[in-house]
Amino acid sequence: MKSDATDDRSAAAAVRSWIARPTTTMLLILIGLVAVFSILEPSSFPTVLNLRGTLSDAAILLVLSVGATFVIITAGIDLSVGSVLVFSSVVSAKVMERFGNAGTDAIVIGLLAAVAAGCGWGLVNGILVAKAKIPPFVVTLGTLGAAYGLSLVVSGGLDVRSVPKGLNEFGNDRVVGVPVIAIVAVLITVVAGVLLALTVFGRWTYAIGSNSESARRAGIAVDRQFIAVYTIAGLMAGIGAYLSLARFGTTTIAGNTTTNLQVITAVVIGGTSLFGGKGWMLGTAIGVFIPIVLAKGFIIVGVEPYWQFVAVGVVLILAVFVDQRRRLRAAG
Amino acid sequence: MFDSNTGEVLSARAVRKSFGNVEALRGADFDVHAGEVVALMGDNGAGKSTLVKILSGVISPDSGTIHLEGSPVEFSSPIEARNAGIETVYQDLSLADTLDPVANLFLGREIRRSGLLGRIGFVDDAAMRREAQVTFEALNVTVRALRDEVGTMSGGQRQGVAVCRAVSWAKHVLFLDEPTAALGVRQTQNVLDLIRRVRDRGVSVVLISHSVPEVMAVADRVEVLRLGQRVGRFLVSASSAEEIVGAITGATDLGAE
Repeated sequence: MKSDATDDRSAAAAVRSWIARPTTTMLLILIGLVAVFSILEPSSFPTVLNLRGTLSDAAILLVLSVGATFVIITAGIDLSVGSVLVFSSVVSAKVMERFGNAGTDAIVIGLLAAVAAGCGWGLVNGILVAKAKIPPFVVTLGTLGAAYGLSLVVSGGLDVRSVPKGLNEFGNDRVVGVPVIAIVAVLITVVAGVLLALTVFGRWTYAIGSNSESARRAGIAVDRQFIAVYTIAGLMAGIGAYLSLARFGTTTIAGNTTTNLQVITAVVIGGTSLFGGKGWMLGTAIGVFIPIVLAKGFIIVGVEPYWQFVAVGVVLILAVFVDQRRRLRAAG
Repeated sequence: MFDSNTGEVLSARAVRKSFGNVEALRGADFDVHAGEVVALMGDNGAGKSTLVKILSGVISPDSGTIHLEGSPVEFSSPIEARNAGIETVYQDLSLADTLDPVANLFLGREIRRSGLLGRIGFVDDAAMRREAQVTFEALNVTVRALRDEVGTMSGGQRQGVAVCRAVSWAKHVLFLDEPTAALGVRQTQNVLDLIRRVRDRGVSVVLISHSVPEVMAVADRVEVLRLGQRVGRFLVSASSAEEIVGAITGATDLGAE
């Protein structure tokens, strides 16, 4: 009997803490947005076509945000993600060009090149943050410029438009109606979510974000953990680059100047705290969809789409405000 | 004067440590006997912190020897001291505030699942929660909710979590660096009770404290440092507060060897 009561209590506590999560608030906002747009435009918003478009738009951003979730949980920031994506896609496209731009080998080597380029920049970010003790904001502001500059050098400033046909087809393919890149993104998110929530690696990521000195005293290899986390963010930028090539059939040199801000916005809206030590992968997934649903919804409803940026800005500030209030209450 | 049959778990002899021109320790001795609470006292600058840092592996001495259970040891990091069964609770408690008490208890030493999942790094949260509950109950530490963030808890509860964590891993010696400095009266009482329970589990406790009444209440012995040397050893049952204060301030040298 006693253990039953304990179980009930802890189950109730679990439900309470779930409701109290900022993520839950954002999930309700997302559901509310979908409901409002569906009621306003029942014939064009809640459609398969629109859903498919939403998923495609969200896929790449979701992959990048998965990486940023790890980084922000360590109380860090990665501003370089958009530039690293551009760099990785340029390198990948150039390598595939060298390999004849056709056939499986070019496509596979292109993936390896994108992943290697992304991980390389992530490693640089991680080492500078962990070993040189330079603030993440400064490190990734620097690599943002460096990676962008180098991609212009490599590409001569022109987008590489020759992407293997097979890859481009893959990028626009569907399985049972669902865009393949969305499936890839969801799989990556699930794996990363499990890594964060259920493994030692995830626990240590929270620990170094919560209090890196405590983590060090507890015997956690803090430097290695920081480097690994930034490398994951780089890896995700590399994968995002490859998915971007697959989807658009070209590099997008000029198209990623605000990607880093979109990613940070999504992660923070999803309830991951900029102060570190707190965050949830499911929250990030929700946070990615809110701006995209707003954009789609505004277009369909006939509001000028520029309002999207205003709305997202308001939601972002609100999310951080709520997080701070919770923190102050917790501390006080 | 002292019963040497109790055995020394940890002993330091002629430990010296200088920082630039400042001699923090000038041949200090220190002994921890099995199953006792020993208070390490001394005025500011007496060398207490330096001695504790050396014994817990944070810094290395310039000279001198340290014996653990009779064997000479040299710790080049806190991890080595911990692996040897010496745990330290620092004044800042070294907790991860956004994690729950269970995660804090096992920080850096997470229990993994059995089999393949464990080998690839999956943690066993259920097992950790069970063991945490046992530890908290055994030491009578009240933890409001095992899933709450430690940062939301009171000073006393946080202290409890930090001590429980250290006790869970301390085989031989537990250092507590001014554990009651930030606590109220009732919470201080709880921590002192906790110290007694830790001792009753067979772990020797070294209590660094400025409070003579507190030390008289909980310690079995007192060792006093002054100007980097041991100047006094007292059995609490056979000593007065005046004698101890005298040794700390240098007014008397009673009890010095």
